[in-house]
Amino acid sequence: MDLSLFLHEMWNARGAIWDGFQMTVSISALAIFCGTILGVFVGLALVYAWLPVRLIVRGYVDFIRGTPVFVLVLASYYILSGIGIQLTAFQAGVLAITAFCSTHVGEMIRGALAAIHRGQVEAAMAIGLTFRQTFQYVLMPQALRQILPTWVNAATEMVKASTLLSVIGVAELLLVTQQIISRNFLSLEFYFLAGFIYFVIDFSIERLGRFVEKKVAYS
Amino acid sequence: MDYRLDFAVVWRSFDLLLSGLGLGLALAVVSIFIGSFIGLIAAFAMLSKNKLWRGIAVMYVTAIRNTPILVLIFFTFFALPQFGLRLGKIESFVFTLTLYSGAYLTEVFRGGLIALPTGLREAGLAIGLTEWGTKKNLLIPVMIRNVLPALSNNFISLFKDTSLAAAIAVPELTFYARQINVNSFRVIESWTVASLMYVFACYFIAAGLRLLERKLAIP
Amino acid sequence: MADPLLVIENVHKKFGELDVLSGVDLIVDRSDVVSIIGSSGSGKTTLLRCINLLEDFHEGRILIDGEPIGYMLKNGKRQRLPKSLIAQHRALTGMVFQTFNLFPHLTALKNVTLGLLKVRNLKKEEATEIARHWLDLVGVLDRQDHYPGQLSGGQQQRVAIARAIAMNPKLMLFDEVTSALDPELVNEVLNVIKDLVSDGMTMLLVTHEMRFAYDVSTKVIFMNEGRIAEQGPPSELFNNPQSTRLAEFIQNSTF
Ligand SMILES: Nc1ncnc2c1ncn2[C@@H]1O[C@H](COP(=O)(O)OP(=O)(O)O)[C@@H](O)[C@H]1O
Ligand SMILES: [Mg+2]
Repeated sequence: MDLSLFLHEMWNARGAIWDGFQMTVSISALAIFCGTILGVFVGLALVYAWLPVRLIVRGYVDFIRGTPVFVLVLASYYILSGIGIQLTAFQAGVLAITAFCSTHVGEMIRGALAAIHRGQVEAAMAIGLTFRQTFQYVLMPQALRQILPTWVNAATEMVKASTLLSVIGVAELLLVTQQIISRNFLSLEFYFLAGFIYFVIDFSIERLGRFVEKKVAYS
Repeated sequence: MDYRLDFAVVWRSFDLLLSGLGLGLALAVVSIFIGSFIGLIAAFAMLSKNKLWRGIAVMYVTAIRNTPILVLIFFTFFALPQFGLRLGKIESFVFTLTLYSGAYLTEVFRGGLIALPTGLREAGLAIGLTEWGTKKNLLIPVMIRNVLPALSNNFISLFKDTSLAAAIAVPELTFYARQINVNSFRVIESWTVASLMYVFACYFIAAGLRLLERKLAIP
Repeated sequence: MADPLLVIENVHKKFGELDVLSGVDLIVDRSDVVSIIGSSGSGKTTLLRCINLLEDFHEGRILIDGEPIGYMLKNGKRQRLPKSLIAQHRALTGMVFQTFNLFPHLTALKNVTLGLLKVRNLKKEEATEIARHWLDLVGVLDRQDHYPGQLSGGQQQRVAIARAIAMNPKLMLFDEVTSALDPELVNEVLNVIKDLVSDGMTMLLVTHEMRFAYDVSTKVIFMNEGRIAEQGPPSELFNNPQSTRLAEFIQNSTF
C-alpha cells in the first residue's frame, strides 16, 4: 500500500467524497424525518385505530419488516418507474427507506404506548381530560421520551441502509467510492476510507444514543 | 398507467426463485453457525481480565457494528484479493456474513453470560470442574438456552441480509427477482412475489424457531 | 489418634481494604461436625469459600490430610497452584450453597452425574448407579428426571447435597443451607445432614439453626469480625459463653 499515492488520490477525490457524504446525510436525514412522522401514525394506528384499519396497518408493518430493505429499494425503484410514475432514483430510494423507518418507529411507539399503564389513561379521564387531551398531555410525551434512545439507534440503521441506494445509481458515499476506485484501482484504501467515514457517523450517533439514554434514565 | 398484471413469466421462473430462497437460507445457516463460534470466543474475550483480548474483541465488534454491511461485502469481495485472498462470490459473501453475525452474536452472548447467576460457575468449580469444564458444560449450554429468542431474531435478520449477496451476483432470491424484472419488465409481479417469498419465509422460520425455543427451554 | 483432617493456620483474607478474615486457626478431626455461628458479615461464608478455594487468601495455610491446598512455595514465595491442581484440591471438599446453585439445564440425576463423569471420569453406568444411590439416600430418587425448576426448594437442596457428596469428598462444607427455604422445608434438609453425621461424615457447617447445631455438633465455633472468638463443645459454648458478644448473640438467637 502506497500511502503517498493514496493521500494524493484522496486529495484529488475530496470534492466527490464530500458530495457523496452530503448525499448520504441527505438520504438518511430525509428518510428518518419522513419515516418518523409516518411511523408515529403507524404506531397510533396499531394501538388505537378501528380494527379493520389496524389490521391493514399491521399487514403493512409485517410486510415491510419481512422484506429485506434491499428488496424494498429495488422494488421501489423498478416498480415506480415501470408503471410510469416518474421518480428519480433518489426519490424512489428515500421512499423505500422511509417505509422501512416508519415500521421501526411504528413498532417502537406501539411498544411504548402498550407499556404505559392503563390506569394512567383512566386517571386522566377521571380528572376530566378528553381522550385527545389525555393522549396529547399524558401518553405521547411519555411514549416519545421512552423511545428516544431506541429511535437514535434506529437512525444508525437508516444511515447503513442508505448505502443500498448505490445499487440504483444514487451517488451517495458508497457509489462515489466505487467510482473513485474504478479510476485509480485503490480498492482496499478507498473501501476502507468509506467504511471509516460510515463508522464515524454511526459511532457518533450511537454515542449520542447512549448519552440520550442516560439523560432519559436520570430525569 | 395501463399496466396489466401477468404472473405467467414469474411462475415460469418460480423454480429459480425457490432455489434462490434456498441458497439464501443456506448462506444464513452457515454464517450463523460459524459466526456463533466467533461470537462465543469474542464474548469470553470481552469478559476476560486480559486487556489485549478485551481490546481486540471490542474493536472487532465496534468496527463491524458501525459499518454498513454492503461496504463490508464489497470490501471483502473487491479489496481483499489485493492481499492475495481471492475468494469466490459465495465464499466471499459467507466470509463477510460470518464476521458480521459474529459481531452481533458477541453482544448477545456477552449479555447472556453476564446475566448468568455467579453461583452456576462456582457450583461447577466446587465439584472440581476446571474453568474450561465449567464453561463447556455449564455456562455455554445454559447461556445459549437463555438467549435463544435473541438468536432467532438474529437469524431472521441474517436471512434477510442474504438479499445483499445479489449485489455481488450471488444467485439468490433477490438476484433472480431482479433478473426476471430486467428480462421481462414484469416489475410488479417479480418484486411482489419475491417480497412475499421473503415475508412468508421469515414467518415460517420465526414460527419454527419459536417451537424450537419452547422445546429447548429449561423447564 | 490419626492426624487431623483439616488444619487451618493463620488464614488472612481481604476484600480490597476490608479485613474479612484476620488470622483464623482451626483443627478439624475425622468425623468431627463443626458448626460455625456468628453474626452476619463476620466472615463465615468467606472461610468456607477459602477452604473450597473459591476465594484466594493472602496469608496462612489450609491443609487437608496434611497436604497444603491451593498454594505452593516456590523459591520461598507463596504462589497459587495451576488451575488443574486447584480443581483437584477442590474436589477434596464438597460444598453446598445457601442458594442451591443446581445446574438448571440438567435433570436431578444429571446434576449428580456431571462431576462423576467429567471430574472423576467414571463410566456412565457407574456414575448413574452412584448418583441414584445418593439421590435415594437424600430421598429424591423419584424426582431424578425432574429439572431444578420443577423441584421444591427443599428437594433442590437435597439434590445439591447429593451432588456434592457423590464426589466422595473428605470434608463437606454447608453454608446456611436452610436459610433460603420455607420454614416447613427446613427439616427435610436438616434430617439429610443428620443422616450424614451418623454415617461419620466430617463436616463444617455455617448455620443459624441453633437447636440443630447444639444437637449434632462435636464442636461449635463462634466467629466475630474475621476471627474465631470462641470454640468448644456445644454444651459448653451455648450454656457458658465466655464473652459478652457470644452471650448476646446466643440471647438474640432463636432455638
Ligand atoms: N466478593 C466480595 N467483595 C467484597 N466484599 C465482600 C465479598 N464477599 C463478602 N464480602 C464482605 O466480607 C464480609 C464477610 O462476608 P461473609 O463471609 O459473607 O460473612 P457471613 O457469611 O459471616 O455473613 C462482609 O463484610 C462482606 O460484605
Ligand atoms: Mg454468609
